[in-house]
Amino acid sequence: MSDLVLHLDNIQKSFGGLSALSDVNLHVEEGTTHAIIGPNGAGKSTLLNVCIGRLKPDSGHVTFKGQELTGREPHEIAQMGVARVFQTPEIFPEMTLLENVMLPAFSKRDGAFKLNAYSGLAQQGDIRDEAEHILEDVGLADQMLQEAGSLSRGDKRRLELGMCLILRPRLLLLDEPTAGMSRHDTNRTIDLLKKIKSRGMTKVIIEHDMHVVFSLADKVSVLARGEIIAGGKPEDVRENPKVKEAYLGGAH
Amino acid sequence: MKLGPLTDTTRFVLFAVIILAMPLWLEPLGGNYPDLLQRFAIYGIFAIGFNILFGLTGYLSFGHAAFLGVGSYAAVWSFKLLTMNALPAIVFGVFFAGILAAAIGFLSLRRTGIYFSILTLAFAQMSYNLAYSVLTPITNGETGLQLSQQDPRIIDSVFIEAGSGLPSTNLFGLKMSGYPGFYFCAVLLIICFYISMRIFRSPFGLMLRGIKSNQNRMRYTGLNTRPYMLTAFVISGMYAGLAGSLLAITDPLAGAERMQWTASGEVVLMTILGGVGTLAGPMLGAGLIKYFENIFSAFNNNVLMEIFSFLPNAVAEIIVPIVGLFVGSGWHLTLGILFMVIVIYLPGGIVEGLSRLAKFAAGERKSSKIAGGNTSPQDQPGE
Ligand SMILES: Nc1ncnc2c1ncn2[C@@H]1O[C@H](COP(=O)(O)OP(=O)(O)OP(=O)(O)O)[C@@H](O)[C@H]1O
Ligand SMILES: [Mg+2]
Repeated sequence: MSDLVLHLDNIQKSFGGLSALSDVNLHVEEGTTHAIIGPNGAGKSTLLNVCIGRLKPDSGHVTFKGQELTGREPHEIAQMGVARVFQTPEIFPEMTLLENVMLPAFSKRDGAFKLNAYSGLAQQGDIRDEAEHILEDVGLADQMLQEAGSLSRGDKRRLELGMCLILRPRLLLLDEPTAGMSRHDTNRTIDLLKKIKSRGMTKVIIEHDMHVVFSLADKVSVLARGEIIAGGKPEDVRENPKVKEAYLGGAH
Repeated sequence: MKLGPLTDTTRFVLFAVIILAMPLWLEPLGGNYPDLLQRFAIYGIFAIGFNILFGLTGYLSFGHAAFLGVGSYAAVWSFKLLTMNALPAIVFGVFFAGILAAAIGFLSLRRTGIYFSILTLAFAQMSYNLAYSVLTPITNGETGLQLSQQDPRIIDSVFIEAGSGLPSTNLFGLKMSGYPGFYFCAVLLIICFYISMRIFRSPFGLMLRGIKSNQNRMRYTGLNTRPYMLTAFVISGMYAGLAGSLLAITDPLAGAERMQWTASGEVVLMTILGGVGTLAGPMLGAGLIKYFENIFSAFNNNVLMEIFSFLPNAVAEIIVPIVGLFVGSGWHLTLGILFMVIVIYLPGGIVEGLSRLAKFAAGERKSSKIAGGNTSPQDQPGE
């Protein structure tokens, strides 16, 4: 009934002899939160890399709202409305938090090349307001003029989330967004992500923390050794013996 | 004295006043002669332009001398073919440097880091060698391109009687040598500084800094980095072309050695010495290096004896030969040491040193009250 936002069709990716993804199929529906779980090295980050154009799949297709993503440049994919929070925070460490959040807004507005060198930063009041607003949402407003590099790992993650939110993406990919966060901050992030969900943003979230998965996900797919071994509602997946085995067996 | 972040208007006015007053405050420092003043202004433009690329994007070009050279050749050709007026010379110098920068930039920007630097170096050395060999009809090879009595000067020949001797460069009749030449360069320098400031303060400048800080992040937020990088490269090439044409305007001849890698290296030194990515740093670095090259190098033991004449003779006789190692032909040694000290202890260059001093002085007085609220993000780059 609902539209497909992201569709992975038979994705295959190997690094040398190692098959990181084999025959991966994934359907993510409009407005849902889709969690991907799996042991370390299962290929979860690789899957997101394929979606945002960082890696080209060996075969298979990625489509976003019916448009082909495979073979497109990362900036084109971002312009189409796909944003990602990386596993290791990708921020601008030498800049202030405010600049960190304002920059993506400029990228979005002028990404396809527009030379507005003559309009000063001071005239960008609307973007600044929006950035301040988003910093409030992610709980970093009081550190607005601090350098981003000095933040803790958890705060960097929240900052990066803010940098993605200002893009107002249609699809948000989150790679372990709560790793390195305190319980308190994790809960705040969950609340924030729930709030975003109520605005109708589609999300794919990779997470090890089952508390986060069960709080947020509508659907869960389990990835192990490059293959999707189970999928469905969170409650069902939890009871699946194959999943239990992958988690226990995958640790070795 | 009021310390703390300056507004951009104060910064600009301060810069303009300091530049225009150079003949005054350089007098006691022994630097007040037009040739040198012109050089300060011209290399200031060169370095400020270089900093738009290197300071904002972090891409280190080792080939900017090529644009300097092309600017000079274009200007001299404008003198030979059209008119001795400085304006067309500038227009052509900037234009051709821009074209060359677009070509070299287009190819070099396919790579980053050291490979980018090597590519720009290779292209510049190629231009240098071509100027000596294949392009001799245009560049006049080793002799260099000079004016001659037989030049057509189409525009001038309509309006002005050809005199005996070689005509001199001018701005609608005002001779472009001596102090008028300096003030012409100084005004252009101030305009260039203003443009660079606007670029630093614009979303465009912020995006370039974003590319320097984390190019991947910029891409994954939707920025097509290539046209932006190319624009920055071309703008900085055009600054170099302007500097090159001004070199020809103040002294109408152009030689291939202007394109040599040492000239490319010099502008790198200037920028790093003054402060990469700061507004005033490149100008400071350019001034310092040119001052060393022209004034310090002229010091000899007699001059030193005079300076140290307040000391007892026996002491002076020991000190002078030691100090003498660092001046005169030893000025490179001093510059080298200074450069090392700065790179190791002050990676932000002289500007960082000055701002640390300012902070220190301010901190003495109000260390308890840290006013975080009044530094807007616009104040980040710059001194
Ligand atoms: N660029 C690459 N080159 C070579 N091998 C890679 C590359 N990226 C990932 N791999 C390998 O592919 C496999 C899957 O890696 P991936 O990062 O996708 O795992 P993951 O599920 O995200 O793990 P984690 O939970 O540790 O983040 C790993 O064995 C990894 O070593
Ligand atoms: Mg991963």
